[in-house]
Amino acid sequence: MLKIRKRDEPWKWGALVIFLGALLFSLGVSALLLAGQGKDALHGLAILWQGSFGSYWALEGALLKAIPLFLCSLGVAVAFRMQIWNIGAEGQFALGAIGATWMALSFPDLPGAVLLPLMFIMAFILGGIWAVIPAVLKLRLRVNEIISTLMLNYIAIQLLDYLVFGVWKDPTSFGFPMSPEFSAGAVIGGIGSSRVHWGLLFSIFAGIGLWALMRFTRVGFELKASGEGARVARYAKIRYGMLVMFVMCLSGGFAGWAGCVETSAVLNRLQPSLMVGYGYTAIVVAWLARLEPLNIAFASFLLAALRVGVENLQLELQIPAAFGAIMEGMILLTVLAGQFFLMYTLERVKRKGE
Amino acid sequence: MTEFLIPLFAATVQSGTPILYATLGEMMTEKGGVLNLGVEGIMSVAALAAFFVSMSTGSPWLGFLAGGVAGTLMATLHGFVCITCLGNQVVSGLALTILGVGLTNFLGVPYVGQSAPGFTPFDFPLLSSIPYLGDIFFKHDMLVYISFVVPFVFWFFFRRTSLGLHVTATGEMPAAAAAVGLKPVALRYFAVMAGGFLIGLGGAYLSLAYTHLWTNGLSGGRGWIAVALVIFAFWRPGRAVAGAYLFGGVMAFQLRLQAMGTHLPSSLLLMLPYALTVLVLILSAARGRRTDAPAALGTNIEPEG
Repeated sequence: MLKIRKRDEPWKWGALVIFLGALLFSLGVSALLLAGQGKDALHGLAILWQGSFGSYWALEGALLKAIPLFLCSLGVAVAFRMQIWNIGAEGQFALGAIGATWMALSFPDLPGAVLLPLMFIMAFILGGIWAVIPAVLKLRLRVNEIISTLMLNYIAIQLLDYLVFGVWKDPTSFGFPMSPEFSAGAVIGGIGSSRVHWGLLFSIFAGIGLWALMRFTRVGFELKASGEGARVARYAKIRYGMLVMFVMCLSGGFAGWAGCVETSAVLNRLQPSLMVGYGYTAIVVAWLARLEPLNIAFASFLLAALRVGVENLQLELQIPAAFGAIMEGMILLTVLAGQFFLMYTLERVKRKGE
Repeated sequence: MTEFLIPLFAATVQSGTPILYATLGEMMTEKGGVLNLGVEGIMSVAALAAFFVSMSTGSPWLGFLAGGVAGTLMATLHGFVCITCLGNQVVSGLALTILGVGLTNFLGVPYVGQSAPGFTPFDFPLLSSIPYLGDIFFKHDMLVYISFVVPFVFWFFFRRTSLGLHVTATGEMPAAAAAVGLKPVALRYFAVMAGGFLIGLGGAYLSLAYTHLWTNGLSGGRGWIAVALVIFAFWRPGRAVAGAYLFGGVMAFQLRLQAMGTHLPSSLLLMLPYALTVLVLILSAARGRRTDAPAALGTNIEPEG
């Protein structure tokens, strides 16, 4: 018979072992799903691997997709650290894209050195506002932030649709819902001749900045203390309300930056195809990375690579793109279940008479 | 005016029905102390399961049941992660939604645009001839009529049966429940699975009665609305009915306005249900009745040893 025993201290390499185990388990289930669709599962996994990591083209694509994922996920993680459940990165991302587009379309003649900072600032402000609204509702009226941030996602997407179907619609787009193409000053260029753009450098700096903020400043300390709960925060004389607003603004601002980077560097215009669910995947990334900035960088790259791999699978075996979501959900669920073993072990207990 | 209002109210009841099932399901789960944010994913999977079984067996009733069973299975997964493995309830629910919506979009591809035998409206004997009320409430399909009974059963279960009281105890204070000899872990599994069954019925309604056609994204945020409505309803079935029909009303109204070709852009109309959800939460919070939530909601039961 097996009995549950609490570990004396947490399992040291447990997190990594569980993560790898979860990855393997999810790959196994995915193989079964492929087989269920009448495909050759091993061949499918090979294509997935090839598409994710197997070529320069794939790695470049993964790096490209990792940029918005990394920014969104950093934002999500900052809020989660305080036990504030910001599920709204998707909407904050959309608002960031809207903010950037607003500036790009308003001042098309400005040079990049002026226009790009304007776009980033506006993206941060709008993304931040979109996250501060639920924060205020939570603090003032105790409105559950999980639901309010989520509902604001749906509203943001409709707002984006409204804009590209209406006031910002490109008159020359033959009726397609998209804004006019950005002027040269509003576009973040590629690094050298690669598809990867300077947003990569920006997000690395943003990540280091956030890390330093958490590590070395008073705010970072307060944030950690508040993660233990609002009551602990009050004992530590932390102005909890102000901190929540600040953290949510930061959280939304980072997602907003992701929206800005994607619109400016990848699409060069605002259009609904921008919304591919980075905001939701960011939640998976943040949790897999145990909310640590450096881990987030790795996890974003990994899940971005997975997305590229699934695209490859989609092309070669006509597998629906939703395959990626299944894998993400599976990995996260398995990791959650596995975390049990960080604190507990199962022991064989001899029954009487054995 | 009645030519506009009566059909609108009838449509309200119809579009409120899946939300009602899902809200009661989530309420059942939360009564046992478990927060399940996977409602959206569970509804999607259940809708597909119901559609598939109804299409392949030709029996919408089997389809309806399959929706419930699929809901139970999905919810059990959440139960396993949170109750047995002590995983974070919020994150597990989110993961379940990601997984469920993904699975649905993945497995549903071959069925897009296909139809399955579903439930059709009929006039309920006698009751449908009541003026006005008959037109609003008693000219629907069988699943709507069943949904009229479920809140009463729900109420009876929690107020008059010992199992119901035990589930409530687990949601309020699992330690105390264990002390008097109840099995909180088993009771939580029961609440999660029974809740999943009801949520699954809500999903089944979408593919078997709301439309008879399979399309992607059938649940369209209804699962999340259900989660919000549980808060709005203060964990009481009567108010869940009111909330579900309020949302059904807004959805029906919004569709009607679009069909009438108003000058309002459709995206602004589509925002309505989501904006209303936030508003409803603000209103219910303003009344300050948070103490109605099960006290142990969201906290896991630590094993001994």
